[in-house]
Amino acid sequence: MRTTRWQRWSGLLFIAPWLITFLWFTLGPFIASIFLSFTNYRFIGLPEWVGADNYVRLFTDDPKFIRSIINTLYYTAVHVPGIMVMAFFVAILLNQKVKGQPIYRTAFYLPSVTAGVATAYLWILLLQPNGLVNQFLGIVGIDGPNWLTSSTWAMPALILMSFWGLGTTMIIYLAALQGIPQHLYEAASVDGAGVIRKMWHVTVPMMTPAIFLTAVLQIIGSWQVFTQALIVTNGGPRDSTLFILLHLYRTGFEYFQMGYASAIAWVLFVIILVFTVIQFGVARRWVYYEGSAER
Amino acid sequence: MTNDAPVLATPPPISVSARSHSAESTASAGLATGLSAPVGNSGQTAYGGEPITVRSNAVRVVRALTRALIYLLLLGGSVMYAIPFIYMVRWSLMTTSQVYDPDLFWPFPPAWENYSYVWQHHPVPWWLFNSFIVTFIGVTVGTFVSCVVAYGFARLDFPGNRVIFMVLLSTMMLPLHVTIIPVVIIFRELSWIDTLWPLIVPGLGGGAFYIFILRQFFMTIPIELDEAARTDGASRIGILFRVILPLSKPAIATVAALSFIGNWNEFFLPLIVLNSPERITLPVGLRYFAAGQYTEQLHTLQMAVAMISVVPIIVVFFFAQRQFVRGITLTGIKG
Repeated sequence: MRTTRWQRWSGLLFIAPWLITFLWFTLGPFIASIFLSFTNYRFIGLPEWVGADNYVRLFTDDPKFIRSIINTLYYTAVHVPGIMVMAFFVAILLNQKVKGQPIYRTAFYLPSVTAGVATAYLWILLLQPNGLVNQFLGIVGIDGPNWLTSSTWAMPALILMSFWGLGTTMIIYLAALQGIPQHLYEAASVDGAGVIRKMWHVTVPMMTPAIFLTAVLQIIGSWQVFTQALIVTNGGPRDSTLFILLHLYRTGFEYFQMGYASAIAWVLFVIILVFTVIQFGVARRWVYYEGSAER
Repeated sequence: MTNDAPVLATPPPISVSARSHSAESTASAGLATGLSAPVGNSGQTAYGGEPITVRSNAVRVVRALTRALIYLLLLGGSVMYAIPFIYMVRWSLMTTSQVYDPDLFWPFPPAWENYSYVWQHHPVPWWLFNSFIVTFIGVTVGTFVSCVVAYGFARLDFPGNRVIFMVLLSTMMLPLHVTIIPVVIIFRELSWIDTLWPLIVPGLGGGAFYIFILRQFFMTIPIELDEAARTDGASRIGILFRVILPLSKPAIATVAALSFIGNWNEFFLPLIVLNSPERITLPVGLRYFAAGQYTEQLHTLQMAVAMISVVPIIVVFFFAQRQFVRGITLTGIKG
């Protein structure tokens, strides 16, 4: 009896490494950041309790914060549907039986793996007034703007750049496409369904779990845009690409207003939470899981 | 999931939609005949009509055109997605004066001296070394610990297993950014600022996402194998090493590949905690060339460093391409 009890509890030893780092670097800081968000703390000295002042200031006296929320919403509204449609389209193409698919798949997937600072600097060069992007637009007769110095075009430039990284979304769709049972298409053919109807009545319903997953991931990801915004545009011109995380970074680690930055972090957390909860709530209405009765 | 259309006695229209071919991988699909008739409809019908043997020329033409369009889109798209990389190589091999020459596409002879210059005049060897250390420890120790933790969640019945696993799942929704301020304060109290420890230690407990992937995979291994090993006298650790891990190589390789990319590309945390030129990692080091964004010499040097930071990823990717793709299916997105 004693050995069984020891056996039971000692199972915790296996998960202890994760549990320790979780308590130390996640749960502890998570609770601490609630506390810090109600203080004035400048990285030296002691935190000074200010009540809800930080939150009041965020929503009444910080135009940059409001701007960063609007910018992030703008990015989300264009980036998320855009990348999902493009990735879906590319996945369909990559699922056709034609020669050279491994090569095409690599070409479309690789940019999402290498995404980071190096490719962000590369895009600065591509987006110059006489850079590759505008040369390409010139071929189709469009006079491209000066992307990075225009407060109108800087955000579209970042969104354009984000489409280069559709690989992860595309691979998820491709895996889902290949998991659709062939007999569903056969049944649809027997019923006389054409290309469009098969797409709409077989492919799309069977893909909804993958579409849902990528929607959740992309929306969470949009609220965490940082590298591109810092490297390519540095939030500018005139705060047109100031993302919420960049605002958090500057507040906390350039101006060392760590209490205030914690309040930004908490608003960010609540936003991500709300978006995710809403999506899971709505999912029941449109996501089809094979084997489950409801649709 | 059939649709409501009545059964028609006419030949079904050709299909250019995504017909899955799960049995064959896309890799081996090259030899297939492509957009031929939908499977199960070749030749005769099973639904009461006359055998269909004649296909009109129009159908054949449409099919050929569709096929050409698919090739065009795939080839054109691939080239568009590859061109930025080609430009990165091109710029990294140009001299300053060549950058100004609009007629020159490829520099000849290539200015390899850009690479030796950054290697000798900037702390690039240090950046590479630091990135390597962090990534190596993260991939080896991090992946191993993730396996042990995942085994605990998948197989051991300790109090609170389910609850703690739910907590682990929910941390995947919690980005590091939300807790970054107190985390950096902890690092300062530990005197870890401007050292590699902040990039190494938090990963030593295994990553939540990696543990999740591995746990899902371990759950698919029949428990009878554990029991057989236990009858042979294997301990729980013995079962992990002799039963679970040998059967889980694909999942482990996937986690290692994802961990490599994650560690190598990490930017937010090192940007905050590292300062000294010889203590930063490659992504942070790239910022050193940003001072004069509009001077061409810096472009060429910066692209050389960018190449140094991207090439290892590309190499790993080509060796582990299947692991990346497999990682998607391991997460069980099929619901």
